[in-house]
Amino acid sequence: MNGLLGLVNLYEDESCMGVLTRHRPLAAVPYAGRYRLIDFTLSNLVNAGVQTVGVLVRDKYRSLIDHLRSGKEWDLDRKRNGLYILPPGYISDVQCRSDVENFMFNLDYIYASAEDFVVICGSRTICNLPIDQAFQYHLSMGADVTVICRDWPDNGGNLCLSTDEEGRLTDICDLSDALPDDIQPLGFYIMSKSLMGELVRECAANGCCDFFTDGVLKNLDRLKVYAFRHTGYVARIDSVADYFQHQLELLNPAVWQELFFRYGNIFTKVKDEAPAKYREKARVKNSLVANGCIVEGTVENSILFRSVIIEEGAVVRNSIVIQNTRIGPNARLTNVLCDKDVHVTAGRCLSGSVACPFILEKGAVV
Amino acid sequence: MQKKKTIAMILAGGQGTRLGALTKNLAKPAVPFGGKYRIIDFPLSNCSNSGIDTVGILTQYQPFFLHSYVGIGSPWDLDRKDGGVFILPPYTHDEGGEWYTGTADAIYQNIAFIDQFDPVWIVVLSGDHIYKMDYNRILEYHESKDADATLAVIEVPWEDTRRFGIMNTDANDRIIEFDEKPTKAKSNLASMGVYVFRWQYLRYYLEADAKIADSSHDFGRNIIPKMLETGQSVYAYRFKGYWRDVGTVESLWESNMDLLADRPQLDLYNPSWRIYSVSPVRPPHYAAPQSDISESMVSEGCQIFGKVKRSVLFPNVMVGEGAEVTDSVLMPGVTVAPHAVIWRAIIGPDTVVAENARIGGEGSITLVVEKERTARKGAHT
Repeated sequence: MNGLLGLVNLYEDESCMGVLTRHRPLAAVPYAGRYRLIDFTLSNLVNAGVQTVGVLVRDKYRSLIDHLRSGKEWDLDRKRNGLYILPPGYISDVQCRSDVENFMFNLDYIYASAEDFVVICGSRTICNLPIDQAFQYHLSMGADVTVICRDWPDNGGNLCLSTDEEGRLTDICDLSDALPDDIQPLGFYIMSKSLMGELVRECAANGCCDFFTDGVLKNLDRLKVYAFRHTGYVARIDSVADYFQHQLELLNPAVWQELFFRYGNIFTKVKDEAPAKYREKARVKNSLVANGCIVEGTVENSILFRSVIIEEGAVVRNSIVIQNTRIGPNARLTNVLCDKDVHVTAGRCLSGSVACPFILEKGAVV
Repeated sequence: MQKKKTIAMILAGGQGTRLGALTKNLAKPAVPFGGKYRIIDFPLSNCSNSGIDTVGILTQYQPFFLHSYVGIGSPWDLDRKDGGVFILPPYTHDEGGEWYTGTADAIYQNIAFIDQFDPVWIVVLSGDHIYKMDYNRILEYHESKDADATLAVIEVPWEDTRRFGIMNTDANDRIIEFDEKPTKAKSNLASMGVYVFRWQYLRYYLEADAKIADSSHDFGRNIIPKMLETGQSVYAYRFKGYWRDVGTVESLWESNMDLLADRPQLDLYNPSWRIYSVSPVRPPHYAAPQSDISESMVSEGCQIFGKVKRSVLFPNVMVGEGAEVTDSVLMPGVTVAPHAVIWRAIIGPDTVVAENARIGGEGSITLVVEKERTARKGAHT
């Protein structure tokens, strides 16, 4: 036991995810051919030895519950501890509107767990992360809070932090003033349970609604907040464009290798599909293909999720095709994002751009 | 124990001698097949899909891997509160104990296990056959004929009859004679190793057979002939579909190749009758820009930089740049270094094929098993 309780906080901004989050929370958005976003966080937790994980869900969570079920795939179907779904709480008959309110509502659960420390995470950061190393760092620095960060990304970010030479967070910076030494938080942070309780109560009493900003970042002067730097591959999914572009980065074998194997495996729900089938006329280049697919057409620079059928003469380029979709004969797709259960009929020609892929909503028939 | 109407017993103790090095440390039911499966996945999935929730697995030869593979049966949805999967190796008791000396003896030694469930019907299956079958159909047939025993049979080409147990039937498909591997067959109905018995009848015949010292305690050679001799009603249930007993390297290879047809007889993509398996945790496979893959099956975790044609690739296979794999089966974890050429071969688990190597050729299928994996190494994940 390493004494770390995992809390996956699904009070996340989904405003730029478009139709992908119309029927599901961000955490349940499919990713990388056979996963859902939450798989990366859950796998990082269990790979670090975390044995108790609470998932704070907010809304539209049917597909998420269906995905997680008992937590078996992550070895979290335990008699003691394991996976807990923490449904949205109610304070005076009103559903909790913020993570602070929801933490407040679930404080008794958090206190009842045997662990002394808590790691709070979200689901939008896709990486293979050594949370156990961050926890060791937290203990060795005698920190109040440890925030897992990465170097300031070339393409910018939405929150920029600076540290002193020891690694202690000193300031939140203006995005336009970001310096090369600055860092970006990844949405994973560690603190003791007792401190979390104090901060949650304080935030709630002051009417604050964002725990990380109001509870942690606004208290940099009185809390010892340290940054643990993760130097590996990170994809942050803030928008449909991020979602599309970051997924296609997996076509780089080095990224594929790092994301799926670096500190441990990424687990997900098993579907018992047969291996992918390439028929005689299949022509597949630079693509990821999941089990259960049957390919008879051309696929380039694309990701095919489980049980996708590409019929003869179809051409799929720079596209992401999610589960159970059928691309009919001679259809042509370029820069297209197909959600689940889509059927593109024979001969249709669809295209978008890299920055703005053409999106087919779940269940669409075109 | 809760009473069960039907239970299944899977004979999984076979060695599969003619599979050579593949079964040195592995029982035949655990041999990999079809890009992600083990042979025993087929009878186990058939049981699960047929709603048979109590399954005994009789193991003997090299059982360690098989035991850990089956585990508590979760992949086949057989981790049940009442019933589920039971592994039944030979055991000792107050009067000694011995190895299973034949297929019938294996069931005989487990009479007490079966009696706990007080079943009406017992389905005896082989753990090393590849087929999809709804056992409800044969059970219905068995009941409609009011039979004492029913054997599933399949028509085989006449020239192959000498390799099978052949059933000679009357006009109503009642079996009148059993010919084990006949040189001059009178029928081409081969036994599939799928038997349905009324448990109380079988129990009686097993106990009688156990007392016969020179019996080989075998269903095909002793129990069924005895039932026919004593005039019991034994019927043949005609199965139509794909069925293979992959006893040799050649036939294992052929069955894998059968899957590569555009419309294979054995459909593994039908969601209404899935074949379940212990799935490794691996990402979708990657086909590189320079890869060329056709008429093949490729599983998760593979990385393909070379050419793959008419081949079956299990999880975590790496095919390097400029390498060519044709008409072959690459088992889990095989690495084919750049510019190696493999043709008409089965490459065993975790084998590394060196750069520029040439494997395979005309004539019989080449089998390469580089690492003689110890059974303790456990499931490949």
